[in-house]
Amino acid sequence: MSLTRQDVEKIAHLARLAITEQEMPVYVTSLSSIVDFVDELSRLDTGGVEPMAHPLDGQRQRLRDDLVTETDHHVKFQRNAPAVQSGLYVVPRVIE
Amino acid sequence: MLHNLSIGELADRLSAKQISSVELTRHFLARIERLNPGLNAVITITAEQALESATAADRRLALGERGRLLGIPLIHKDIFCTDGVRTSCGSRMLDNFIAPYDATIVARLKSAGAVMLGKANMDEFAMGSSNETSYYGPVKNPWDTTKVPGGSSGGSAAALAARLAPICTGTDTGGSIRQPAALTGVTGIKPTYGRVSRYGMIAFASSLDQAGVLTLSAADAAAVLQVMAGFDPNDSTSVDAPVPDYPALLDAPLKGLKIGLLREFFDGLESRNAALIQDALKVFTSLGADTVEVSLPHLPMSVPTYYVVAPAECSSNLSRFDGVRFGHRCAQPQDLKDLYERSRGEGFGAEVKRRIMTGTYVLSAGYYDAYYLKAQKVRRLINDDFRAAFQKADLVVGPTTPTPAFAIGAKVDDPVTMYLNDIYTIGANLAGLPGLSTPCGFVDGLPMGLQLIGPHFSEARLLGAAHQFQRATAWHTHTPGGYE
Repeated sequence: MSLTRQDVEKIAHLARLAITEQEMPVYVTSLSSIVDFVDELSRLDTGGVEPMAHPLDGQRQRLRDDLVTETDHHVKFQRNAPAVQSGLYVVPRVIE
Repeated sequence: MLHNLSIGELADRLSAKQISSVELTRHFLARIERLNPGLNAVITITAEQALESATAADRRLALGERGRLLGIPLIHKDIFCTDGVRTSCGSRMLDNFIAPYDATIVARLKSAGAVMLGKANMDEFAMGSSNETSYYGPVKNPWDTTKVPGGSSGGSAAALAARLAPICTGTDTGGSIRQPAALTGVTGIKPTYGRVSRYGMIAFASSLDQAGVLTLSAADAAAVLQVMAGFDPNDSTSVDAPVPDYPALLDAPLKGLKIGLLREFFDGLESRNAALIQDALKVFTSLGADTVEVSLPHLPMSVPTYYVVAPAECSSNLSRFDGVRFGHRCAQPQDLKDLYERSRGEGFGAEVKRRIMTGTYVLSAGYYDAYYLKAQKVRRLINDDFRAAFQKADLVVGPTTPTPAFAIGAKVDDPVTMYLNDIYTIGANLAGLPGLSTPCGFVDGLPMGLQLIGPHFSEARLLGAAHQFQRATAWHTHTPGGYE
């Protein structure tokens, strides 16, 4: 079941990825080939099989006491930020 | 030559004061300077910090402290956050990212006194089997520089094979330690899922990723894994189980060890590769092991399963790269949508975008059940096959890769052809099992690896079997021409 260009445009939008006009046909071809490849899974009978999300059987999310253990490192972390002002990350206007 | 010594031998010389950590560090830094340009294995060289760490290690040694890794140089795969040092993950997206903290494994190795020489090149965001997707260019295999070293830990494997450092850390999500280890004639181990902390390791596929190490021998790997492994409260998938003394267990006798020969590994294997594996098996039987045939009927489905699960998980993990708080931001974003789309479109390479989009597709409304849920069920079937096999056998053995290293550029046009390189390694990631690759011979002058897979937390047995195999053979001692 190959993908159409519209399919890939929709996927790219969901993934917030800009795909150029030039790149589009290449992605349509390669994604179609990948989807065709994984379609093989549909041939298997998996009735009654429990899905496996990860290998750790029976491990539960560990909880800890609600105590403050982290200190403020924002200055250090924000050294990597593209644009910062007054400790806030600056982005293009979101709300009109 | 210093760069051909084992970690144990280096540690002995350091404690006997025959050499200092500073001299050892200078030796490897000089090799990197001379030999790395022809390999492109190391992206960032941390010479100044290395000499500072080596000086500190020498001080500790002078005070009488001893440790297996004290003063020993290493290179970290550029997927591990290293405080104050660029951590690029092989991507333009993080080309400007200076990690603000150390990954847990980095901190543990640092505490043990290991000296970081630099960061190894890798496939972008750990997605690849040839180290051709890196923003920093392909890595070359020291055995033949027209060939790939494998991936995604290709820089780690090439650096190690070229003896630029005796320890190179790596990560393995679908085979990314074992496959490059096999293609470059070195030893590589992927521990059990949950054995080694993933804190500070840039996430690709959270239910599959595992940190491990590449070394010139199983004995060396045992020494390093000892330090890396263990519970970490910062990683919610870290398993709270004691870490055995791996080096102490290396010589546990193999008498009576049941080695499972996996039928699905041998089906369709080319005859010269099959012959190498058969010869390796004879070594094990001569050491007292028995062989038994096992079958994992769903194993052939492991590659399509992986290429649903891993992209799905990566599409979620890589959504944090949005140009807002760190990483690449496009110039003059017009609005939020433009900020996201162009930062990500520019920051990520083609394979990463392919996998994000594959993952987005298989998780999207209308397709989730047919693909992602289905793949999780097949994952359960593969897992159950392994569990059944381990009722009959203690280890499962077979080739690590279908062929030796292929030419750079040979497989870049068709993603699916590239994906099939992981056909023998992926099953262990899906089931969370430990796997190791050890050199077992050459085909056309290029190394081939033997893979051992064990039940959960059987690293000691894998390392012991590989160690004793290495003592009875010499494949792991071969050095590529020009790197002696």
